[in-house]
Amino acid sequence: MKLFEQPAHVLHDMLVNKEITSLELTEAVLARIDEVEGDVKAYLTITRDVAIAQAKAVDEKIAKGETISFLEGIPGAIKDNICTKGVKTTCASKILQNFVAPYDATVMTKLKAQNPVIIGKANMDEFAMGGSTENSAFQKTGNPWNTECVPGGSSGGSAAAVAAGTAVWALGSDTGGSIRQPASFCGVVGMKPTYGRVSRYGLVAYASSLDQIGPITKDVTDCAHILNIISGRDEMDSTSVNEEVPDFTKALVEDVKGLKVGIPKEYFVKGIDPDVEKTVREAIDKLKELGAEIVEISLPNTDYAISTYYLISPAEAATNLARYDGVSYGERAEDAADLVEMITKTRTQYLGEEVKRRIMIGNYALSAGYYDAYYLKALKVRRLIKEDFDKAFEQVDVIVCPTAPTPAYKIGEKISNPLEMYLQDACTVPLNLAGLPGISVPCGYSSDNMPIGLQIIGKALDEETILRVAYTYEQSQSYHNDRAQLGGN
Amino acid sequence: MSYEAVIGLEIHSELKTNTKIFCGCATTFGAEHNTHVCPVCLGLPGVLPTLNKRVLEFAIKAGLALNCEINKFSKFDRKNYYYPDLPKNWQTSQYDLPICENGYVDITKSNGETKRIRITRIHMEEDAGKLVHSGNTIKDSDTSNVDYNRTGVPLIEIVSEPDMSSPEEARLYMEKVKSILQYIDVSNCKMEEGNLRADLNVSLRPAGSDVLGTRTEMKNINSFKAVEEALTYEIERQEEVLEDGGHIIQETRTWDPDRGITLSMRSKENAHDYRYMPEPDLVPIITTDEEIEAFRKSLPELPDARKARLEEQFGLSAYDAGIITSSREMAEYFDAVIETGADAKLAANWIMGDLSKNLNAESLEISDSPVDAKRLGEMIGLISKGTISSKIAKKVFEEMWKSPDSPEKIVKDKGLVQITDTKAIEEIVDKVIEANQKAVEDYKSGNKKAIGALVGQVMKQSKGKANPQTVNQILAQKLG
Repeated sequence: MKLFEQPAHVLHDMLVNKEITSLELTEAVLARIDEVEGDVKAYLTITRDVAIAQAKAVDEKIAKGETISFLEGIPGAIKDNICTKGVKTTCASKILQNFVAPYDATVMTKLKAQNPVIIGKANMDEFAMGGSTENSAFQKTGNPWNTECVPGGSSGGSAAAVAAGTAVWALGSDTGGSIRQPASFCGVVGMKPTYGRVSRYGLVAYASSLDQIGPITKDVTDCAHILNIISGRDEMDSTSVNEEVPDFTKALVEDVKGLKVGIPKEYFVKGIDPDVEKTVREAIDKLKELGAEIVEISLPNTDYAISTYYLISPAEAATNLARYDGVSYGERAEDAADLVEMITKTRTQYLGEEVKRRIMIGNYALSAGYYDAYYLKALKVRRLIKEDFDKAFEQVDVIVCPTAPTPAYKIGEKISNPLEMYLQDACTVPLNLAGLPGISVPCGYSSDNMPIGLQIIGKALDEETILRVAYTYEQSQSYHNDRAQLGGN
Repeated sequence: MSYEAVIGLEIHSELKTNTKIFCGCATTFGAEHNTHVCPVCLGLPGVLPTLNKRVLEFAIKAGLALNCEINKFSKFDRKNYYYPDLPKNWQTSQYDLPICENGYVDITKSNGETKRIRITRIHMEEDAGKLVHSGNTIKDSDTSNVDYNRTGVPLIEIVSEPDMSSPEEARLYMEKVKSILQYIDVSNCKMEEGNLRADLNVSLRPAGSDVLGTRTEMKNINSFKAVEEALTYEIERQEEVLEDGGHIIQETRTWDPDRGITLSMRSKENAHDYRYMPEPDLVPIITTDEEIEAFRKSLPELPDARKARLEEQFGLSAYDAGIITSSREMAEYFDAVIETGADAKLAANWIMGDLSKNLNAESLEISDSPVDAKRLGEMIGLISKGTISSKIAKKVFEEMWKSPDSPEKIVKDKGLVQITDTKAIEEIVDKVIEANQKAVEDYKSGNKKAIGALVGQVMKQSKGKANPQTVNQILAQKLG
């Protein structure tokens, strides 16, 4: 394997053993960018000079014989909705096209303490609204397995970079599947931790009660390591949970014997691609073969999850995005006669179609006379969905299902039909509504050789068990060693 | 037809915490524009609020002092509207689960009647910033700037039931609320700095009716005088409209204090739909019985209790005790004067009289009084001992106002000791009788009032130092 194809834990050992330098590694990744970024277009900002300087500093440290932490000197990508001090944070939106945050998100502070090499900021759907990264105001990212296909979204740039070898690891954010679904589409590992496990301070809000930052990596081992780094209570985020963070790498054991794995029948119905169903069923059989007990369960309110999600998330988004008014930061439209016109023109001109659609849905759902029928009802159904999971977890330890109902589709194929796009989120949004952790691991390919992901859902704050199941499954297969054929590779 | 006014108040009070409600920025008034700001109060992308615990403490204390129930489960909501002084374009406030509900205060009207004004709720919220226009208003300005220093300064909004029926009652209610907030030390209540301001709601209905009329609202009234004047004007205006057979339009009106009138600002058709929603970035506020009890125990003696104590302990009249306890500072000043051993009634009279007069003349707070409680107490002691007369005391007080000397020293230096020596007084009396034979005759021929002129002469010649009682006695004796 080439350097840029290796997972972080392998590279870390190579750095420690002085088989490579961080500079060599960083230059290999930058060279890979030169080679394939023109097709993949995973990055909105590339901080080449900063990356080289960071790499050199780490090498000096190693040369002095100092110990290095897990991510030290290893190049990664940050989704462009995570605030990075001094580097643009655009959310792939024209309204923030020149916005530079004067502060670091808490995850960035935690990461920077590890001295990783930050390659740049990854493309995404504008304000994380979308499932294909086609809603980026700047560029369409290609799926490294077939650049005519979408990488998924909204963390499409992060997933594509990791799959293309233009980043070893990445951070994404997941509001309704935005880490797991692109991980599934790009054949990499992506985890949405329990709501509150990772601080949201500095994550530009889409839907506050659903958003969560998580890792996108080449395998489950890297996922556990990065989760260790970014987790924990943050006084700047009152919704972050005040629970001790376990060492997630301790969960990396090959053993699922006696574990009860729930298979929700509602996740295998209408709209599911036959290749996806076949591949996921095979993965479930594999888990059974490895000693897990397979239990068919029911999550009866699953059908309502999408409607619920598409009321709650736009409602929160409508208020979260109200701040983009051109007054004190971001873009401002020219030639407005008065205040109302200034705000209206600014938002009309600088916000994208999908963002405007969700703002309008959200404001409608919160309006006097509609609040009870839409928003309040959605909150009630959200509770029912959570209760479904609570009940299921009385019987089982984890729940396993497809991450997405289809593999990656062609760029432009679904973008004109928002409703069809929304239905793609059926398997992922229920977790966000219930605040539960979920991971997507590669479990095979479609007939078109596009990756398919297996989703493993855990109880709240029990990322350990899903990591254990994911790791055991991963080690029984070799999908995590497969790489997209791209460029000269 | 005779009408009855129905008045309700929403009082906004800034809390005197050191830092803002959701971030660590200072709350100090009057700083240079945009110097007390950070990513959180500027509402930059990605920031999250965290609740300042002191705000919750102060809100709960206010609730307890205003006889409210404290909601053990409370939450914040987003009140959505676009205005440039609001960086997020929503105000973080409380909607359906405010921290306090169902309270009341009692007010005492000038006719001595006591009335209970119910409080619907108290909720916590953040203040907005301030617009600085190049012109007078946003409409006639070429440019407007925003000062975000005030953004995020903590507020409580105290919403009353429409229990007041006259401008006087509204003023007394607001005064009472101010006094209580100052007593419990949660707000500076400096009205000129906008620490305390009220939205006034008023409607009219035929006297005796229990149906509410259409109301109008006047926002951001920040003086007691304006509360009374604005309501008086608005009640008269509504009366005229109704008398002429017209209808009141539900609207927001502004009070123009210079012209003494209210003007239509915004009618209900243009009213905001605030699209309230629960604030997902803040966890619900859970308060335990133990915490509430601890806050209750930490409250100082409140105005009503203190007034009752002063009446009982010192025999002050209800009126005097009411004035003395109307502010915590004055009540504490009074207590400190008493501690020097001074007579309570004299203390009350001096505080309400010369001290208040001088403070008002120089626009000073009692806490900044040049004559502190200890010196006033000592001076009152000199009166009680007979060292100086009440009349001389006024001179001593004026000297004390200007100099830091003790009253004893002033009395000594200025030779103001009262003449109680009977012989010395007799000498003066003899001279006065000699020189004022006409008055003496008048007195002797039955005009007892003529003695006043003689006393006056004696006092004048003694430069006010003669003890007036002794003078009266001696004169009466000598004139037989």
